[in-house]
Amino acid sequence: MKIHKYDTVIVGAGGAGMRAAIESTKRSRTAVLTKLYPTRSHTGAAQGGMAAALANVEEDNWEWHTFDTIKGGDYLVDQDAAEILAKEAIDSVLDLEKMGLPFNRTPDGTIDQRRFGGHSRNHGEAPVRRSCYAADRTGHMILQTLYQNCVKEGVEFFNEFYVLDQLIVEVDGVKHSAGVVAFELATGEIHIFQAKAVIYASGGTGKFFKVTSNAHTLTGDGQAACYRRGLPLEDMEFFQFHPTGIWRMGILLTEGARGEGGILRNKDGERFMEKYAPVMKDLASRDVVSRSIYTEIREGRGCGPEGDHVYLDLTHLPPEQLDAKLPDITEFARTYLGIEPYTDPIPIQPTAHYAMGGIPTNVEGEVLSDNTTVVPGLYAAGEVACVSVHGANRLGTNSLLDINVFGRRAGIAAAEYSHKADFVELPENPASLVEETVERLRNSTGTERVAVIRNELQECMDANVMVFRTEQTIKTAVEKIAELRERYKNVSIQDKGKRFNTDLLEAIELGNLLDLAEVMATSALARKESRGGHYREDFPNRDDVNFMRHTMAYREVGDDGSESIRLDYKPVVQTRYQPMERKY
Amino acid sequence: MATPTMDKLEALEADNGSHLITVTFRVRRFNPEVSADAVWEDFQLAIDPKERVLDALHKIKWELDGSLTFRRSCAHGICGSDAMRINGKNRLACKTLIKDINPEKPITVEAIKGLTVLKDLVVDMEPFFQAYRDVMPFLVTTGNEPTRERLQSAEDRERFDDTTKCILCAACTSSCPVFWNDGQYFGPAAIVNAHRFIFDSRDEAGEQRLEILNDKDGVWRCRTTFNCTDACPRGIEVTKAIQEVKRALITRRF
Repeated sequence: MKIHKYDTVIVGAGGAGMRAAIESTKRSRTAVLTKLYPTRSHTGAAQGGMAAALANVEEDNWEWHTFDTIKGGDYLVDQDAAEILAKEAIDSVLDLEKMGLPFNRTPDGTIDQRRFGGHSRNHGEAPVRRSCYAADRTGHMILQTLYQNCVKEGVEFFNEFYVLDQLIVEVDGVKHSAGVVAFELATGEIHIFQAKAVIYASGGTGKFFKVTSNAHTLTGDGQAACYRRGLPLEDMEFFQFHPTGIWRMGILLTEGARGEGGILRNKDGERFMEKYAPVMKDLASRDVVSRSIYTEIREGRGCGPEGDHVYLDLTHLPPEQLDAKLPDITEFARTYLGIEPYTDPIPIQPTAHYAMGGIPTNVEGEVLSDNTTVVPGLYAAGEVACVSVHGANRLGTNSLLDINVFGRRAGIAAAEYSHKADFVELPENPASLVEETVERLRNSTGTERVAVIRNELQECMDANVMVFRTEQTIKTAVEKIAELRERYKNVSIQDKGKRFNTDLLEAIELGNLLDLAEVMATSALARKESRGGHYREDFPNRDDVNFMRHTMAYREVGDDGSESIRLDYKPVVQTRYQPMERKY
Repeated sequence: MATPTMDKLEALEADNGSHLITVTFRVRRFNPEVSADAVWEDFQLAIDPKERVLDALHKIKWELDGSLTFRRSCAHGICGSDAMRINGKNRLACKTLIKDINPEKPITVEAIKGLTVLKDLVVDMEPFFQAYRDVMPFLVTTGNEPTRERLQSAEDRERFDDTTKCILCAACTSSCPVFWNDGQYFGPAAIVNAHRFIFDSRDEAGEQRLEILNDKDGVWRCRTTFNCTDACPRGIEVTKAIQEVKRALITRRF
């Protein structure tokens, strides 16, 4: 076991982690831990753009952007945070350009902008061009640009170090962060990173679904590490299903395709979104479009022999436009489906995409241990966190924005905290939980297989807590997850070695997914209303009287060692926007 | 709607993944915890030929042998984790469909060449990233920053578009015979990333990067075999980019 000491430790090297690292490395001795290599992070898979009211191509302002974000989140957004997001968006984009990001350009040489779902002129009048983009690989360019600047700043990375535990120590009755425990993949060695400040930027948890745009590695590691140590998780029932995933595979096809003029059609060739969203049509918010697609499918207007998908039609767009603006996604259609988007519509279905919920933070990125109390020295930013700027449904292009705005804020706040704070003394046997977990899995002779349990979990989540939910389906999921959690105790792995043991890694990841799936389903069961990404067929309306509040889920351990989830609620911050019925 | 070529779509849709075929995967195994020698191991799978080689590797790992070790993440050709040598050619396992590489014969899968194998298909990426870091892969400017964005014409932006696509998967560098024989050579990927900045109209360190690549281990080692261009899963014209850097070194114009 090795012990390292840093002022600031960042967990995760995607967009939020590296944006934070650029700031904190300038100000404090920083280490960045990632279970991958930085450039492998899933920020790189984001396609369509990053929202900012630059007004380079038409009239726009940050107040309209704030409103769209709040409306898009079905009024569960904390409005003070949304205002910061929209205001700081402009400098965030300009900062990236100055760091070298090759945005597409207008004829004047300024950053070009295009339309995206839910982003509108003057509070919903018509779509507005707000998304700053680099072809359909904006996330790739952000990830590369941030990595390039980390190289420039000399950021210290620990690649393929998997953080398994968050060390929490009570000082004068207040929970403090003391550091993290990590597992070095190459050697199997356990490392303690004692740090004055820890920032989680470890991404989402989409792999508990089967059809998902998420990478294999998005297993909610940061959320699970904090949750296991008694910290709450906020709004976990809210998960976004992106309307256009490649049929059956879930690979993302950007909303930018519809921003460029692409149209969704059912088996009769009908542009069905006109029925559901007369103004914004195909560019309504993602929750609305995904529900509309499934409504078409359920009512027998889906495509194919099983009627289980619809088409994304780009055939009316000039091939030069597809080549210039959407080169990657058209290539995905060719590679994985063998079809030519110039002439053929692309079969698509909604795909599990983004966790709106996560580790609760305030606008400085400080993690909360309840509705109001900050955990000194602990920060989170990006998809792992819940600020909440996305509320019940995130708008497209607001996540690349979120990681830059709140990654930067967390990086500055953590480094500044480390200047004034002392190291918190490590608990006795700081590695004990990780050692136990690793040894148990390595020595287990159980009969259950990781892949079997994971597959059953994913199928259960797809069937029961996806776009449409009812009390019955959620209860089915809760029961199934409980069964799988029992069976997980009997799981064993085949690779007993120390070197690059990815068999062990996958077993640990599955444990995280099971914990988080349980939180998600339990939170969803209690929310007896429909809002944003959480749609209950048995409660089809939004209920602002009883549910205009954030869910806070806590892990409780009884005296007998039994685990349960306690749900509490937190008020939504409302400033200038009164909740209205949401129409597109 | 434009009338789609319905035959193709119907064929796609009628095929419900039920046409499994038996394929042999011949995988180069190496685990120094077990043995100092690398060996070939065969796995037979019943698999849909429209699946990816990565799906096959997962099937082996999840159903047959949990110790099979490889890197992967996004599974659709964006993260660059799973470059490997498949039937003797460098490709991404997640972008290679089984039907496209003749599944009637055994499909060979081995680690990329020129970098030390650590376990099975996992290699030491550090020398590769060191070469990348050595070419100053970041925008360098002087003078005061503008308050708004730097202006760049669409044509100037287009000039280096191709080399911005690089995902640092190492498929090009590890397909290069010069790199195999001499690990000191920067390799195609580092040159591609130097190109991305040398030809960016906003950048002011082109001369410095050219001097770095003028070194004995720089661009002049390239023998123009086009292996790198063939290997690039992003379709970057790698050899052309290297030639453009060579030309810039001679003319000092870029």
